[in-house]
Amino acid sequence: MTTQDFINQRLAEEARLAQLQVQTRRHFLKESAMGLGALAMGSLLGGCGVPARRADSGLISFDPARPLLPKAPPFAGKARSVIYLHMAGAPSPLELFDYKPELAKMDGQDCPPSLLAGKQFAFIRGVPKMLGPQAKFAQHGESRAWVSEHLPHLSTVVDDICFLKAVKTDQFNHAPAQLLVHTGGSRLGRPSMGSWITYGLGTENQNLPGFVVLTSGGNFPDAGKSVWGSGFLPSVYQGVQCRSEGDPVLFIKDPDGMSRDLRKASIDAINKANQQSYDDYKDPEILSRISQYEMAYRMQIAAPEVMNINDEPDYIHEMYGTKPGRSCLANNVLLARKLVEKGVRYVQLFDWGWDAHGDHAGNSLNIGMINKYRSMDKCVTALLLDLKQRGLLEETLVVWGGEFGRTPMMENRNGATNPFKGRDHHTEAFTIWMAGGGIKKGYSYGETDEIGYYGVTGRVDAFDIQATILNQVGFDHETFTYPFQGRPFRLTDVGGRVIREVIA
Amino acid sequence: MIAQKKAWLVVAAMTAIAGSFAFFSHNDVVDFSAEVKPILNKNCLSCHGGVRAKGGFSLLFREEALANTESGKPAIIPGDPAHSEFIRRVSSDDPEVRMPYKHEPLPAEDIALLKRWVKQGAKWGDHWAYLPVKAQTVPAPALKNPDTGGRWGMNEIDAFIGEKLEANHLQPSKEADKATLLRRVSLDLIGVPPSAAQSAHFLENKDPKAYEQLVDSLLASERFGEKWTSMWLDLARYADTKGYESDQGRNVWAYRDWVIRAFNNNMPYDRFLTEQIAGDLLPNPTDAQLIATAFHRNAPNNDEGGTDNEEFRNAANLDRVNTTWEGLLGTTFACVQCHSHPYDPFRHEEYYRFLAYFDNNRDEDVSSEAPYLRQFNDSDRNSLFRLTEWVRQQAGAAEAGRVKTYLQTFQPAFNSSVADSLKNAAIINNNGSLAMFNDGWARFEKADLENADEGMIQFYCNQPGSVIELHLDSMSGPLFARVQVAHENKWKRQVFNFARQSGIHDVFLHYKSTAYRSVAGKDRSLLIFYDILSFQPSLPGNNTAGYAKAKSDYTRLLVTTNVNSIPVMMENPAAWQRDTYVWERGNRHLKGKGVTAGVPAILRFAQPANAPANRMGLAQWLTDKRNPLVSRTLVNRFWEQLFGNGIVETLEDMGTQGMAPTHQSLLDQLSYRFVNDYNWDMKRLLKEMVMSATYRQDARWHDGATEDAANKFYARGPRLRLSAEQIRDQALAASGLISDKMYGPGVMPYQPDGIWLSPYNGARWQQSKGEDQYRRAVYTYWKRTSPYPSSISFDGAQRNLCSARRIRTNTPLQALTTLNDSAYIDMSRHFAQRMTTEAGSDPVKQISRGYELLLYKPIPPKTLQVFQDLYRQSLTEFKAHPDKSTAFLPGNKPASPELAALSVVANAMMNLDEVITKN
Repeated sequence: MTTQDFINQRLAEEARLAQLQVQTRRHFLKESAMGLGALAMGSLLGGCGVPARRADSGLISFDPARPLLPKAPPFAGKARSVIYLHMAGAPSPLELFDYKPELAKMDGQDCPPSLLAGKQFAFIRGVPKMLGPQAKFAQHGESRAWVSEHLPHLSTVVDDICFLKAVKTDQFNHAPAQLLVHTGGSRLGRPSMGSWITYGLGTENQNLPGFVVLTSGGNFPDAGKSVWGSGFLPSVYQGVQCRSEGDPVLFIKDPDGMSRDLRKASIDAINKANQQSYDDYKDPEILSRISQYEMAYRMQIAAPEVMNINDEPDYIHEMYGTKPGRSCLANNVLLARKLVEKGVRYVQLFDWGWDAHGDHAGNSLNIGMINKYRSMDKCVTALLLDLKQRGLLEETLVVWGGEFGRTPMMENRNGATNPFKGRDHHTEAFTIWMAGGGIKKGYSYGETDEIGYYGVTGRVDAFDIQATILNQVGFDHETFTYPFQGRPFRLTDVGGRVIREVIA
Repeated sequence: MIAQKKAWLVVAAMTAIAGSFAFFSHNDVVDFSAEVKPILNKNCLSCHGGVRAKGGFSLLFREEALANTESGKPAIIPGDPAHSEFIRRVSSDDPEVRMPYKHEPLPAEDIALLKRWVKQGAKWGDHWAYLPVKAQTVPAPALKNPDTGGRWGMNEIDAFIGEKLEANHLQPSKEADKATLLRRVSLDLIGVPPSAAQSAHFLENKDPKAYEQLVDSLLASERFGEKWTSMWLDLARYADTKGYESDQGRNVWAYRDWVIRAFNNNMPYDRFLTEQIAGDLLPNPTDAQLIATAFHRNAPNNDEGGTDNEEFRNAANLDRVNTTWEGLLGTTFACVQCHSHPYDPFRHEEYYRFLAYFDNNRDEDVSSEAPYLRQFNDSDRNSLFRLTEWVRQQAGAAEAGRVKTYLQTFQPAFNSSVADSLKNAAIINNNGSLAMFNDGWARFEKADLENADEGMIQFYCNQPGSVIELHLDSMSGPLFARVQVAHENKWKRQVFNFARQSGIHDVFLHYKSTAYRSVAGKDRSLLIFYDILSFQPSLPGNNTAGYAKAKSDYTRLLVTTNVNSIPVMMENPAAWQRDTYVWERGNRHLKGKGVTAGVPAILRFAQPANAPANRMGLAQWLTDKRNPLVSRTLVNRFWEQLFGNGIVETLEDMGTQGMAPTHQSLLDQLSYRFVNDYNWDMKRLLKEMVMSATYRQDARWHDGATEDAANKFYARGPRLRLSAEQIRDQALAASGLISDKMYGPGVMPYQPDGIWLSPYNGARWQQSKGEDQYRRAVYTYWKRTSPYPSSISFDGAQRNLCSARRIRTNTPLQALTTLNDSAYIDMSRHFAQRMTTEAGSDPVKQISRGYELLLYKPIPPKTLQVFQDLYRQSLTEFKAHPDKSTAFLPGNKPASPELAALSVVANAMMNLDEVITKN
């Protein structure tokens, strides 16, 4: 191409851009809840920035200088927020929700070869024994849902819950399986669901992060921070970890000896000097920085407030079974309610310690897991009741689950018999449940076979669940994409079906 | 007005992706790449391209487009639009027939263009980035220099930039003032502000060559390598841990040090790439050349219990392919794993041909990180040198090379996790080792026993009377070695000898214990496990002079644990060569046809005729002067580091889906010169860029209606927020805390408690002591599943995958980091102390000095006033509350309220936009 051709090309491009400009500005203004005043502050840091969505499939406006502006979803979603409760390590459905009397009859027998042929397990070697359910079951509520004796509280709210009993995965190791559930890929490097949703919707409350992560159980989930990472999306969309010990949000606390007044004075000074820089450089980026410092100051007030559960009334503490000052699931569940109440879009909880192998007492079905059930049962039930009494359950989608299921066989690690009752990782079937956010109440979808090995009807996978969650917040999972590595990427990769059967 | 600019830019991004440059050319001959290809990409290829070929019609390659479709006839008949179904379909009025199906019809001018194109023979053309780089005609714009009134421009770069400025009726800015330029070029070239000597010399130097002298001194500084290594480590996805669940430490900092040295020594880029891609395949590779290959050992590995090593071995190889393309070739190739590229001319099979370059490396995702280089201490290195020389005299160079490689790497060796046909045995320890019980059996396939009379096993044994017996070819095959295994309850490496063997055999390993007593209820207590097994010829030259000494050195070097083990790339020996197959739809379990190593056809012109089909051949192709992508990618990346955006903004993709270059002739001219005139000299390339008038412009906006908001025509200098590393390093430098210590293991500066909580991993963040707390950011320990928080706040890459570009954002969490992170508070206190030391007790002088230390220019009076007010308010408060000054200045007793107040000012100054921005 000659130089002149090249210039012609640029000019033609300019002309075309000018045409599109009017239309896009209208779109941008409509989407921006903060209106013109905020827009006037904005600018671009990185030149043309990251290309957002393809022109023909709508447009997610991305402004690197104000990346968290609230945006409307492509269609009206029923849920305004999502609380995802992940029991890291993968709880056993056979002890909680998936009642299998036939399995009890097989307890102690050798596993039939048909269940082992061509299968790969994480720890089972050779021929393991079958292991009957380590719980008594009963039906509850008008929906007659089966729940085990381990969940006496949750069994009282089953009429608000929709069970998915035949979820499957293709990953039998924790880190890849957790990555698949939350990022749509079993390897490192993809954005998490919360990042996608924050990218698409921005933040409703500018004084709080849009995507908050809370962990309990003493460890991070196996896949580490990658399960709330932003992958190839800008890092601003990664989950912000809020903590019940130390600073509730990293670096939110003023240094020792610096009063709030002094912090205010110093931010004012920074902003005054920055305004002088703006007068000199006329770079709108400086105005954006001024507003980020103002926002930081407001976040310093808002975040500790919302993270402080001490001011909640006694009956709430009683209801959740919280232990103020400690790091525990109950505290995090209560925090999750407070956060969605304040407009946080996506709250991701991880509770570590559900890996019921039975190679020691702490992770055995008959000892360690009993404690895990207790620590989860009361507070998660309280969350549903509390959201409901505040009128928030309809607009908050609550999801509960693990990363895979557990084998109906007893684990025989390295070919030996484990000393305690435990089950290996199992990909074929597990239970995830949802509540609120426009999902059917008192419903159960999908069934497993008589021993809980395979799903036989209503099988769904992580992509289907992601597609459904995105649908509930107002996105079509097939058109909600981001260009990376030369193609539009989406959370659900090339899979996913909205599970219409569970939508109210 | 600004809102308009923003909207305009969003559209710019969107439009570039859609690639709509269809309207401009009025030439008679249609340009396929510039005119036709964008229409096809936008409207046709999602159904008729690499992923799908609906109706048997694909528009990806010319031969596909002209081939018979499902109808039995071709859809495009060159020269005959009237009979071409393709034209009929896009022009039809019938919505059931018209293409694109169920979409708006193409604009009439697009259809006319396509007709004209078919009429002219439906000629194909290649995308610019895949065509050879050619020297360009240098334009001669006549812009006025706003400083001198003469002609604007210092070098060729300005000629190309000036041409576009002129065409767009834009004027260049005057040159930035000296102080701004000093800080800008210093942060850009060495990542930290200039030293006091450098700044004094430059600011007082009236020599017209003062700027060039400054640039030369920065390029010669050891700090230079540290800065550019930070950039390279994002591409190399360097981390100090392996990733995934257990995310164990990885001892690979020697690679980071290699990169720093390579940049500082100005290693030519062709050699820089060759050593990283294929250093192990160079003749007699040095330690450094082996360490360089850790570039591709930075792929994540998975040690989680129960994982399939073969799955993650393959995952690492896919990552190596994708990293090579995205990082070194500026081309997205990852999508070709599952299907032909939907838009660019790469076929599905070509992905696997490229994968074959990596399929025979020895990394099998084992927790030992084998293959690794055992880097000896100086004395052992001398022994190795003497020993190797001795073997060369006894048995020749090839044998000397074999012995050296074996002692340094144990290769070729079996990873015990590949054992199969197990009986009374299991793979344990997160797939790291093979455990054997009494009377246990395991098979090792295809052991090369040609001339072998020695073996080595690395094991842990907890049972007395343990014996290993090795059989040839079957459990009942000939017994060729019997080894009494030491029972020491610790890891041990044992060498054993046997009668000389020949040929390639399966080896059946039989373990038993003569002292074994079964205990009731504990029928299978663990007896032995191990991770490495090797067979090789013993040291040659027995019965010759010097043998005893040589043998003693040999044995010592084999068993010593006083080594630094660094994962490196090495190839499988002949007996273990894997065949590589196409994976249908990207699934490794669906093996398609077999392939051999090679590069995509469209780029084969850059491959030397005699290039071997291994990583060395790959390196030769990458560094061939004709390779059109490697030089463009590097030039584009360096440009982006200095100017904020690449000439092609999508650094990761110069393909048809990337953004169009803003100055393609400039990109090509610099790329051509880089290879042909500068001989791959990276410092020379950077010097050319920073010497340009374009780079030296003032960054102030023109504040006119013609403002180019994204600065894509460069009518003003670059003004960018600093990177995570620059922000930390600058604050360390200003506070006087910065350590100039180089190299060594990753360090752990201050980090709040509770950031690391990985399961099954006892590792804890142990805050470094002394100067190690204050090392440059490039030395900060990088844990993949829990990266250093303040670095991530400022858009640092996660380093799980190759990251070709960081997107700069602006968030309140960044403000909170530099305001409140204890590391920054600590630096603020020291910065205040330095102001006091250098400027005495007058707060006006202190504040002015502080500003100069950060920005190298006098503080404007209004800014001084702002900080004087802050100082006064702080001082009043600290005087009224001495407890607060004590809290703010821990360790200073009695705490001076003046120093506390000045520290508040110092903290605020470090947060100024001008300070965290390159102006």
